[in-house]
Amino acid sequence: MLIRYRSDVLPSEITPKSVFDNRRDFLKAAGFTVVASLGSGLLARQAQALVPKRTKITSFNKTAYGAEEKLTKFEEITTYNNYYEFGTSKSDPAPESVLFKPRPWSVSIEGHVKKAKTVSIEDIFKIAPLEERIYRMRCVEGWSMVIPWVGLPLANLIKYAEPTGNAKYIEFISIADQATMPGVRVPILDWPYNEALRLDEAMNPLTIMAVGLYGEVLPNQNGAPMRLVVPWKYGFKGAKSIVKIRFTDKMPQTSWMKAGPNEYGFYANVNPTVEHPRWSQSSERRIGGGLFTPRIKTQMFNGYEKEVGQLYSGLDLRKNF
Amino acid sequence: MFMLSKSSLIKFNPTKKQILAIKAAFFLVALTPLIRLFVLGFQENLTANPIEFVERSLGTWAIIILLVTLSLTPLRQLTNISWPIQLRRMAGLFMFFYACLHFATYIWLDKTFEWAEITKDIIKHPWVLVGFSALILTIPLAVTSNNFMIRRLKQNWKKLHQLVYLIAIFGLLHFWWLVKKDYREPLLYTIILVLLLSVRFYFMYKRYASKKPAIPLKSGITEPAISPRIEC
Repeated sequence: MLIRYRSDVLPSEITPKSVFDNRRDFLKAAGFTVVASLGSGLLARQAQALVPKRTKITSFNKTAYGAEEKLTKFEEITTYNNYYEFGTSKSDPAPESVLFKPRPWSVSIEGHVKKAKTVSIEDIFKIAPLEERIYRMRCVEGWSMVIPWVGLPLANLIKYAEPTGNAKYIEFISIADQATMPGVRVPILDWPYNEALRLDEAMNPLTIMAVGLYGEVLPNQNGAPMRLVVPWKYGFKGAKSIVKIRFTDKMPQTSWMKAGPNEYGFYANVNPTVEHPRWSQSSERRIGGGLFTPRIKTQMFNGYEKEVGQLYSGLDLRKNF
Repeated sequence: MFMLSKSSLIKFNPTKKQILAIKAAFFLVALTPLIRLFVLGFQENLTANPIEFVERSLGTWAIIILLVTLSLTPLRQLTNISWPIQLRRMAGLFMFFYACLHFATYIWLDKTFEWAEITKDIIKHPWVLVGFSALILTIPLAVTSNNFMIRRLKQNWKKLHQLVYLIAIFGLLHFWWLVKKDYREPLLYTIILVLLLSVRFYFMYKRYASKKPAIPLKSGITEPAISPRIEC
């Protein structure tokens, strides 16, 4: 056959056969990347191929806390999470934390203590009998849940740590593992995440170290293997996946205080009368409602005023937000 | 196999019938974000916080469609393809449609018509106010988008519709302000807006420069300056 016209396609422009044969996979991959990179408002519905296994906690005591509350579903508690180490969208932590390894785990105890030490998570489980505590959780963004935590009173852990008289504050430092936490590769917060409490807040019987929820070992996206729960404060106070507990004499600067000093204070007590600079805190949306479920009123100290109100007598809560 | 070469794409000059078909297709495409929400709703798949999801989704799509609206003129300037301009009115109205649904979700589903609360929210919080202003500013544009008003307003129509730039800036500001710490999504839309506006400015400058007299007139009288006309 005689080719009379030279092709205007350069040899370098011809797609290699291997690429051509895989064009459908390429398109799929490209499409997936685009979908995955679009924000939560748009198309953030992700398939969850890997299903983490669920393990029952064999023994814990039931308590009267929150007996009157209607529990938020397990599915909602474990798919709607703020855990920026696994991504900033609330649907990110569940799929992104699948590869996270919460065992083996040890926690370092340091600062103003009789003797600095490292304790394994298994030993922490033995410090005090585990209890179920049903608590309301109010996020600073204006939504809330009711969560049946399993954990131990932080007071027991503090006694075990033996702080000295100089200890006035307690700081909690989370893990920041680049290999298993994709969010840590983005400098959105000053990693590692840290939070802190005044020692008397930490000793309050309501404050717990949670190691489980719904009678099961804590899922990764909820802060496995151990996270702080302070039910009268906004949710961001509850540091997750804690690796270090430090006793200090000065008030620590926390990650969110550094990120927005006029928006997130050290105390972060739930308070419907003190507005966040950008939004009102007077009401909240309880997760689990449908499209036509109205908001509910936010309560002072998230409804725990009787238990913790006395901690703040004489303190100007408007200034110390 | 049916193929379009680059040059035939540029030369593609749709007939009235074809434009009608293209408009119908565009109409359906522009409705998909809403249809998707209904589908997800029926599947009970609107996340654990359905109201927030719907509200954000509608707001995001209002911004995206606004950017589409603003991209048709730069497209013509860069490629000389001018027929998509005929989709601009519909695109703009869809932006208004999604912005209205976004606002309706806010006052109905989110705030359940608690007017005192809504008024306080709009006045006290700059990010709500700026979003609300963007919506209010869109109303005169939507009202004057028909042929009758275009004819009636003459040159003023163009001036009025330049409000779209302010609306875009307010809309994006609304997005920036609401985000807690991760600014990547509003940043992406802002970059697109800046690129689109740069193309306009470049062509505006080029036209202005080409109309300037090269040599001053002999009599010493300079030609009246030509005020740059902004394309919309």
